[in-house]
Amino acid sequence: MNIWPQTARPQGMHRRHFLEHLAGASALALPATAFVQSMRAQADELRKNHKSAILLWMGGGPSTIDLWDLKPGQPTGGPFRPISTSGDVQICEHLPQLAQQMHHLSVVRSMSTQEADHGRGRYFMHTGYVPNPNVEHPGYGSVIAHQLSPQRSDLEIPPFVSVGGSSVGPGFLGMTWAPFVVNANGRVRNLETKLAEDRLAQRMAALQLIETSFVKQGRGEAAMEHAKVLDKTLSLMTSSQMKAFEVDQESDAVRERYGRNNFGSGCLMARRLVEAGVPFVEVDLGGWDNHSGIFPTLQNNRLPVMDQAMSALIADLDQRQLLSDTVVLWMGEFGRTPRINGNTGRDHWARAWSVVLGGGGLKGGLSIGETNADGTRVESNPYSSQDIMATVCQALGISLDTTFTSRNGRPMKIANHGRLVSELFS
Amino acid sequence: MNFRYLIFGLVGAITANALADEILPQVELINTAISRGWTENQLRPSVPANDREFCRRLFLDMLGRIPTVEELEAYATDRKPDKKQRLVHRLLYEDEYTIDYAAQWSNRWANLLVGRQTDRRRNNPVDRPGLEKYLRDRFASNQPYDRMVHELIAAEGTNRPGAPKFNGAVNFLAGKLDEDATLATAHTAKYFLGLQVQCTQCHNHPFNSWKQDQFWQLNSFFRQTALLRRFRAGSRNVDYFELANQDFGGEDRPMDPANARIYYELRNGKLAAAFPVFVDGTKIETSGYVQDVNRRRELADLVSRSPFLSRAIVNRLWSVFLGYGFTRPIDDMGPHNPPAYPELLEALSHEFETHSFDLKQLMSWIVLSDAYGLSSRTNKHNEKDDPLLGQSPQFSHFYMRQMTAEQLYRSLLTASRADKTHGSADRQQEKQREWLRQFTIAFNNDEGDEATTFDGTITQTLMMFNGDLMRQATEGKAGNYLHQIANDSRKRPTQKIQQLCLAAVARPATAREQKAFQALYVYHGQDQLKALQDFWWALLNSNEFILNH
Repeated sequence: MNIWPQTARPQGMHRRHFLEHLAGASALALPATAFVQSMRAQADELRKNHKSAILLWMGGGPSTIDLWDLKPGQPTGGPFRPISTSGDVQICEHLPQLAQQMHHLSVVRSMSTQEADHGRGRYFMHTGYVPNPNVEHPGYGSVIAHQLSPQRSDLEIPPFVSVGGSSVGPGFLGMTWAPFVVNANGRVRNLETKLAEDRLAQRMAALQLIETSFVKQGRGEAAMEHAKVLDKTLSLMTSSQMKAFEVDQESDAVRERYGRNNFGSGCLMARRLVEAGVPFVEVDLGGWDNHSGIFPTLQNNRLPVMDQAMSALIADLDQRQLLSDTVVLWMGEFGRTPRINGNTGRDHWARAWSVVLGGGGLKGGLSIGETNADGTRVESNPYSSQDIMATVCQALGISLDTTFTSRNGRPMKIANHGRLVSELFS
Repeated sequence: MNFRYLIFGLVGAITANALADEILPQVELINTAISRGWTENQLRPSVPANDREFCRRLFLDMLGRIPTVEELEAYATDRKPDKKQRLVHRLLYEDEYTIDYAAQWSNRWANLLVGRQTDRRRNNPVDRPGLEKYLRDRFASNQPYDRMVHELIAAEGTNRPGAPKFNGAVNFLAGKLDEDATLATAHTAKYFLGLQVQCTQCHNHPFNSWKQDQFWQLNSFFRQTALLRRFRAGSRNVDYFELANQDFGGEDRPMDPANARIYYELRNGKLAAAFPVFVDGTKIETSGYVQDVNRRRELADLVSRSPFLSRAIVNRLWSVFLGYGFTRPIDDMGPHNPPAYPELLEALSHEFETHSFDLKQLMSWIVLSDAYGLSSRTNKHNEKDDPLLGQSPQFSHFYMRQMTAEQLYRSLLTASRADKTHGSADRQQEKQREWLRQFTIAFNNDEGDEATTFDGTITQTLMMFNGDLMRQATEGKAGNYLHQIANDSRKRPTQKIQQLCLAAVARPATAREQKAFQALYVYHGQDQLKALQDFWWALLNSNEFILNH
């Protein structure tokens, strides 16, 4: 999908013209075509799958007991009160705008995991696998980009974009599926080339010659992967789709609606990217590691930012009729201790916590599973990382029988044999 | 003929020959252990790397940059048998390399100890330039490692160069004292002892034998430590920070400074008490009065004498040079994560201790080993030795890797000769930090983790295609390398291409590359500078340039 006319791109590089130069880079008697695999439009291939996912990553481990699964009146409950929403679920009083969108979103309150260390939790929640020194598993974005981009041959920009955070890498899927990390301001560094098209084409041909002879020497994967990254870089440099990053093209009203901060801009960019056909976008909101003074931080700082941007995103996707094709998932690496510590903070707690998801045809407005009275344990059937991943994949139309082969030849099932959160499917 | 010079040369040649015949026992130790592994795993090692390949990788790993053509060719044309030993010796001990050496290792260590520090808030107590300055001095003078660690743990003074009582070492702990110094505890154990204790803050470790009480006992050593803000005169702006020791009253109420204990929460919500006890069970006096016992100094003594210290640094340095350590991750050592080659690790650690914790000697043993000198090209009988496949590394070929951001930065400066115009070490480091900032992302959690987008991705490639540094390297302005080559009327075009290949990828040009240049030359209507620019750009963007191989 190309939502802007080619002529709208002000930069010097024009895709079709550049392709002609590449094909004709015969100064070296070798056209640099190996670099342009992803640039050759295959217009005859049908787009089979329009679906996308947006992960709102709450780095540091958000206190879900204060947001989604309140325990008013309990010693662990904290000062916040629950409020009713547009769905059949109550949430924190400091999320009033989201409360209007909860008919689109469901809260899974029975998350129970084992990893309460930031690094391990981040890895586990992104991959569905516990860290293992001998295998590097691919994260959400790489898995979904890998699965959906073959069906999107007209996508010229990276299929996995991470806004404001580094996400988790591609693991054994290889550098080609690494996240393209950008700032929330939408300005991509070093995108502009001062070179004329024919000049760049000459250089690419020379580069291909040098690269190829090194690869042929049996130097392993790192040498080979580089060519694919060059290919993707060229594709992006010449693409009018790069406009999707330019959040400052939006009206003041829209920008205000999302919030003039990094997370607000990131959510707005996510909407633009999804609209342009990017299958996976992650937007990072940090600052949830509240070991001390948690309640004022949440009330005055984190929750207003999150409430505004996330509610704007859901409403905007809905209004543009993108929500039914876009899964939105909100989560962090773990929850926080129900017990309030001596510094009026909460520490890391993975045994009982919540994630939120919706869109992409998933049922909204539900609360799924429950924790005990003080929020320390899950009372119902517990869910874990791989179950959420399986659910997201299913909603995106990715078969759960998909099996990858890790580098050591071991088969790895997508979403690590997770079972669906069945309540979310009608 | 200068007679004295002749004698000197002769003596030099004789000792050099003797050196070549005599392999250092520590190198022998490595060679024996590693080759036994090859036999046991039915691996045939790759052939040795050729001279230029070896020279390039040694410069990168030891000095953080590629060699210049002159340095490369001096080594390649050296015919004496002990050339390898002499090159290693030169990079480690010659004055002309001290700045590079100290910059490279202070950078690596500052990245480890405090991160690349994207945080530029005014109240950030970590002054990374201050830490680098301290580390540069220590690496330049090759201070024994145990002494350096002692200084970092026990440091008192102010954090910013130029402030009174400046001691750059305080920057290691300055940013880790919040929330009862839990980060100071975890990082001291991890970086210097190779022990991961951070999870035991809240519960006993699920996989190793560390218990929650041990975390808080170790933590007790940091509780006299205070971070003091010093304000700019007449303002409320912090000028610099001071790390000091103050009497600690303990957490009993009323206070009991003579028995200054702390309390921590068990999983069941109950409280337990802790006094300072080191990881090996050594106890110190319980008083919180600094004049009775300086807890941090006691800890520094214990860490610098711990057998974990030498094991951890041997493992770390091995991984820097060989690409992988004896354990994965390298700073998670213990019975739950047994090392590959345990005897070798023990023996090298012992040698390191008995050689006064001398980092340069340890480095020279590692880089003179057979394993470090192997080609990165695999053969049929060792291609399965690939740690990416999940096996434990057998070091039967050199594991190729991405240059770090710092290495690539310095290598680009070296290749384009832009490094000659950059001023003092401080100024150079500042420019480098500025450049690196674009690639660093902080995770914004209590562990101060960060990641880099500089890992062979599109972001890096865009920088290499279009970034300022590359533009400067290829524009051929007066003074830079390309300009020099382009205007050297004594060199034929083929010699120019030869020079560029040596400068960027440390090998002669191939016949195909020469032909390609000819084609570019014709394409550009015989404009030689344009053709050279294109070729140079392509070389610097190649996998062969950005990889350490």
